[in-house]
Amino acid sequence: MVFCRYTKQGLGMQTTFPRLLLKHASERPTAPAMREKEYGIWQTIHWADMAQMVEHMACGLHQAGLTRGEHLVVVGSNRPRLYATMLAAQSLGAIPIPLYQDAAAPECVFPLNNAEVRFCVVEDQEQVDKLLEIREQCPQIAHIFYDDPRGLRKYDEPGLASVEELLAAGAVFAKQHPDFYLAEVEKAHTDDVGAMFFTSGTTGNPKGVVHTHNSLINRAEAGALFDKLTSHEDVLAYLPPAWIGQNIFSYAQWLYCGYVVNCPESAATVTIDLKEVGPTYYFAPPRVFEGLLTSVMIRMEDAGAIKRGMFHYFMDVARKYGPTKMDGKSIGLVGGLLYTLGNFFVYGPLRNNLGMSRVRVAYTAGEAIGPDLFSFYRSIGVNLKQLYGSTETAVFVCLQPDHEARADTVGVPCAGVEIKVADNGEILVKSPGLLKGYYKNDKATEEVLTADGWYHTSDAGFLDAHGHLKIIDRVKDVGRLKGGANDGAMFAPKYVENKLKFFPHIKEVVAYGDQREKVCVMINIDVEAVGNWAERRNLPYAGYTDLAQKSEVYGLIQECVEKVNADLAADALLAGSQVSRFLVLHKELDADDGELTRTNKVRRGFIAEKYDALVTALYNGATEQFIETQVKFEDGRTGSVSATLKLSDAKTFAPVGKAA
Amino acid sequence: MSKKIGDVILDVKNISLRFGGVKALTDISFNVKEHEVRAIIGPNGAGKSSMLNCINGVYTPSEGSITFRGQTFDHMDSHQVATMGIARTFQNLALFKGMSVLDNIMTGRNLRMKSNLLMQALRIGPAEQEEIRHREKVERIIDFLEIQAFRKTPVGQLPYGLQKRVDLGRALALEPQVLLLDEPMAGMNVEEKQDMCRFILDVNDEFGTTIVLIEHDMGVVMDISDRVVVLDYGKKIGDGTPDEVRNNEEVISAYLGTSH
Repeated sequence: MVFCRYTKQGLGMQTTFPRLLLKHASERPTAPAMREKEYGIWQTIHWADMAQMVEHMACGLHQAGLTRGEHLVVVGSNRPRLYATMLAAQSLGAIPIPLYQDAAAPECVFPLNNAEVRFCVVEDQEQVDKLLEIREQCPQIAHIFYDDPRGLRKYDEPGLASVEELLAAGAVFAKQHPDFYLAEVEKAHTDDVGAMFFTSGTTGNPKGVVHTHNSLINRAEAGALFDKLTSHEDVLAYLPPAWIGQNIFSYAQWLYCGYVVNCPESAATVTIDLKEVGPTYYFAPPRVFEGLLTSVMIRMEDAGAIKRGMFHYFMDVARKYGPTKMDGKSIGLVGGLLYTLGNFFVYGPLRNNLGMSRVRVAYTAGEAIGPDLFSFYRSIGVNLKQLYGSTETAVFVCLQPDHEARADTVGVPCAGVEIKVADNGEILVKSPGLLKGYYKNDKATEEVLTADGWYHTSDAGFLDAHGHLKIIDRVKDVGRLKGGANDGAMFAPKYVENKLKFFPHIKEVVAYGDQREKVCVMINIDVEAVGNWAERRNLPYAGYTDLAQKSEVYGLIQECVEKVNADLAADALLAGSQVSRFLVLHKELDADDGELTRTNKVRRGFIAEKYDALVTALYNGATEQFIETQVKFEDGRTGSVSATLKLSDAKTFAPVGKAA
Repeated sequence: MSKKIGDVILDVKNISLRFGGVKALTDISFNVKEHEVRAIIGPNGAGKSSMLNCINGVYTPSEGSITFRGQTFDHMDSHQVATMGIARTFQNLALFKGMSVLDNIMTGRNLRMKSNLLMQALRIGPAEQEEIRHREKVERIIDFLEIQAFRKTPVGQLPYGLQKRVDLGRALALEPQVLLLDEPMAGMNVEEKQDMCRFILDVNDEFGTTIVLIEHDMGVVMDISDRVVVLDYGKKIGDGTPDEVRNNEEVISAYLGTSH
């Protein structure tokens, strides 16, 4: 199955990042390139200033000994000078590597040594300390330049200097050699390596993903064409620049489109800065959207009765008409009138409060987003969409067109992308934005990049009837049912788990079904949400374990499970993954007990072993099962929790396709 | 990593303080050198805050004298102290709870305002320009203390640790040569204490401000001070570098108690 909706027209620009910078600097020197909030005021850096800063920086780095093809590390949050550093390195044919500013010192050792990094440009004392801490393990580090001198006055380490000094030295050099910079920029080719990004593997060392100027610029262009981005966009750069998404939004597309990137004052002021800037092009992972929504809801509950009543009434209106309106369809006269009123009284002020008044395009990606959360933003008139991509694909593989955004798909392949689904369900991608390879790791490169140019995403999914890509799980986790009514049906544990987790009452889910005759799940309730629900029903409970085993709670959860089953039944491929039986666990899954990873992902295999008795009971039809579990308290002591758990059956539905 | 410690800037000689029959301080002498971090420690009721209040001009000592930059006083006047460049923070936070962080720190600039009250109120004449200049100073302090996110928040809504930081900010707004800190870390959790330590050291480092601090937490004091004075029952029982003080028999018994 090969699918390509857009032609390659317009693509194929042969350029490099420094050339794009020079183009903007010569065509529109006084247009703003970046803004940074400092001392309470937004300070503007124009394209001409930016170009000059980059030239001085490049000259300074050249003088310090940075050579063509060499790697340079940039560590810090979104600061204009750090972006200038990446451009300066690229101007000299060196390769910038942005590293995560919150990585612990030992995590930086591998990238630094792997790429034989001699030059580091960092934000502040924190990063300097980190590099000095590992300097013994990375003896090749010769130069560390810092942007913010605070606290560094007394440091007297060899090779440590401020960016200020670097720029000053560079300015002198540039005056003496006025042609040097342009000549260096001319030497670069679009297929030269442009940047490298380290991805954290789940096992083993991180891998350096090598991208050329062309692969990044090509994808920046594809995304820009897709959403018709112009030089008038405003973007707030607040996620780590080491993450390729932020790098595309505030670097590659910044230079391609020439729009304004705004750097927040500090990590703590992002929501304030968001309101002030009012970005037109916005990206956030689902958890950020969720956090914003929660804060709105909490404040609404504290509002006066009139305001609250108005909010709830018009939010109902929004739920009813908003999504249809966002899809570009008619909502009728009454709907139109009500929505306009709602927009005036509620949605408009709400968008303004969220800092989304001007948002033309907003994206979310990274993890599955709950349908309620997704449609909340769309219903109040924020054009929230999803995209699909990874570091290896320079982000843009699939994007949702403006009127076709769905919570459960990730959009259509964008310009230049070909998508193929392998026999095992894995999505294969061919795109001009694919990585050149993993740095010094041919074995890993061969594993993901075939000789004929297909990249293995290790995600399982399919293209639906409308040509939208739907991701269901990681390939290695997708299993098959065996025996029973749905023998051989596809089973995607994460897909089922996510669907359940979207209910506010459910916190964690572990699904089993691979090589078994039916799907069964173990559920953790969200103690706050369910506790609140119980209080409103005058249902007394002693604690988590007690609450979890209430028959009313089982009823509540059963409703959720059956809703999911009804939903799954409509899905031809995954109808077999409907949940037959479930239980509510007597304790919360915890990373301290090894049941979750540190990033809060369930460790399915470990849990199956630990709760073997429960898994057996789920499949042998028992209605009750006793279990005793060791728990670790936060102070390191251990104790045990025991309970007799109920097991409950859930109604499953005949697949819609078959029944009809 | 060497720090330049200068000459004696503040010299306290034979200070005694009595409240009726209670002797709060008895014959205390010590000095503070320019650019150093000087700590005053001691158990509860040892007279630490009283000592600070004498320097600050809140209390008038019964005996003794205080010399600041060559000028000797037998008692200090609190307004004069501030003009001379000595600022302080308070153990029990004396902030304006209903006012924003920005305005609270701005009050610290009050002494440096030249235009009169009427001009300030109407923002006429040079008052507006002056306010902009002061605002710039205040913004630098806000940046320095990393409280940008709370610029417009009423101080009363902030957690205690942040209020302490605002208190420090207001003292810094005076651009003091000597900063008196009364238990800057009292009631804070470990993380807040670490932050506060960093700010104190940074103030000392970046602005060269001389710091006199009272502190309960021995660990903190030993880590950040250049020299320490130990008081007990209003008497000085130790004076020296943290190491010297730590090994001083009298200090050990005052803190740990002895069998009599």
